Amino acid sequence: MAEITTNIKPKLRIIDMTKRYKNGDGVEHINLDVYPGELVTMLGPSGCGKTTILRTIGGFLDIDDGDITIDGQSIALLSPEKRPTAMVFQSYNLWPHMSIYENLAFGMKLRKVPKEQMNQQILEMLKMVGMIGSEKKFPSQLSGGQQQRIAIARSLLLKPEVLLLDEPFSALDAKIRVQMREELIRIQQELGITVVFVTHDQEEAMAISHRIVVMNKGVFEQVGTPIEIYDHPVTRFVADFIGEMNFMETPDGIRAVRPESLSLSRGSQGDLHGHIRTIMVLGHYAEVNVQCGDAVIKCNVQRDQMAGWAVGDEVSLSYTKEQFFATETVE
Amino acid sequence: MFTMLNPRKFYRAVGRKKFLDFFVLTVFLLFFYGPLTNLLMLAFAEIYQYPNLIPQKFGFKWWEFVLSQKTMMSAVGQSFMFAIVTTVFSLLICLPAAYGLARYKFPGRRLVMFSFMLSNAFPKIGLYTSIGIMYYKLNLMGTFLGVVLIHMINTMMFMVWIPCGAFSSVHRQQEEAARDVGAGPFLTFCKVTLPMAVPGIAVACIYTFLGSMDEAQGTLLVGVPQYQTMPVMMYTVISDYNVMAAAVYALAMVIPTIVLLVLLRRYVGPEAIASGFQMK
Repeated sequence: MAEITTNIKPKLRIIDMTKRYKNGDGVEHINLDVYPGELVTMLGPSGCGKTTILRTIGGFLDIDDGDITIDGQSIALLSPEKRPTAMVFQSYNLWPHMSIYENLAFGMKLRKVPKEQMNQQILEMLKMVGMIGSEKKFPSQLSGGQQQRIAIARSLLLKPEVLLLDEPFSALDAKIRVQMREELIRIQQELGITVVFVTHDQEEAMAISHRIVVMNKGVFEQVGTPIEIYDHPVTRFVADFIGEMNFMETPDGIRAVRPESLSLSRGSQGDLHGHIRTIMVLGHYAEVNVQCGDAVIKCNVQRDQMAGWAVGDEVSLSYTKEQFFATETVE
Repeated sequence: MFTMLNPRKFYRAVGRKKFLDFFVLTVFLLFFYGPLTNLLMLAFAEIYQYPNLIPQKFGFKWWEFVLSQKTMMSAVGQSFMFAIVTTVFSLLICLPAAYGLARYKFPGRRLVMFSFMLSNAFPKIGLYTSIGIMYYKLNLMGTFLGVVLIHMINTMMFMVWIPCGAFSSVHRQQEEAARDVGAGPFLTFCKVTLPMAVPGIAVACIYTFLGSMDEAQGTLLVGVPQYQTMPVMMYTVISDYNVMAAAVYALAMVIPTIVLLVLLRRYVGPEAIASGFQMK
């Protein structure tokens, strides 16, 4: 978040945390500060350790070393029920033998919230997640997306210091997923709640996050705003994982250029030369694959600039932006 | 209309395939319900002598006889007593075991699961004889506890396997979600895991209850003469009285079973039972 300055204290701190599994996998020496009202996403391929970190925050995994604090208080030794965190899982969040109302009320009853107050808060929360009228239904009567809304509502009702979301939308259909994404941003902004979100979907991470932590093999590759990570990936892994990228090998390293940074022209003044292999129209833009020697370079071209180009045409490519990874940083 | 009862006409009327279906169904029904019908007929027969196909006189004479026998009625009470105690004891012992087997993957887990079947694999009488020898040493012969233990040997497989399947079908996230909103491990088990596994546990209870009601060999060996349950009594009735008294007694034994199954028909289905027999 742009407005975060150094005098704001972090809400959640992970300090030199290590969690090792018996088989040797795990994460080591993890450090991360999450600020109040911030939505931080852990992004990476499956098995990169992102869920491990989330589960150590939620209390579902014990840590081997280091500490985790919320508002300066260590929570590392607390069991899940004692932590001021709330977690939404990928699926099977709700208890099928309880109605939606009972699902939402379960945690509040344990906290001895007065009944009047509880009813009112549940109604308000159902309104917020757009599920008014579902109190008497049972989870099996709801769609996957609706169930996740209820799960989020249940977590928010407990007013957690940090909300933890473990791939909450990845079991949903693509359309619903995009819709839920937008609603999560709205709710997060409305409540100003601190969120740690885990996903393997880079588009989702780009869309919702204030900051993204890109992870690979148990290590933080890069931490930054979506724009920083997209425009200035610091490692080849990040460049490859976020968005689409063309990699061109040169004697001293690798040049990486995004497909939208390339433009087509006739003649020989461009940076690269080749001929058009395929043209695929994908809506408002077209993906043009250009054969340059052994490499295939992908270019995204606006539809209105596509007139006159045909498969087989000689073309020259020029680009405005590039990333350079010197040979020693290449894995 | 009765001309349809002629098999040839029937065959022509419904066609070959339907006729075969009908034939198979008839054989099945006879095979399945024939003995039961015969039992019913016998139970309500008053005079029934060879070579008559059906009894000469129907009535409740043998019902009156059976119901007036003190020993027979006390056997009914004892059977229920043992069935209830066996079910409760099995629940207490087997549910924690089933939960452990469902939740924790440890080496030898499948072997442990399998071992519950062993008591059903051996010839029962051999098993009971060796248990009998132990019972004499432990002074369990002819005791209430001794009979309950014998009953439990047979029902443990159901009480472990079926609830284990039921517990396995409760997802980890559902338990974790309960922990997350503030319930401790015990409360999570009571409020989330157990209620979700209730259908499976109910099926296991029915099996245990009926299994105990049905147990004769073991009780005969370790319980008699102090304890005589209904199936044990059955042996006496068959050898000492006529076939009509035995039929009445057999029907009396079937009644509790039917009542139980009707009451719990919602839970007793092939799915619930099958889920317990999947080795995961």
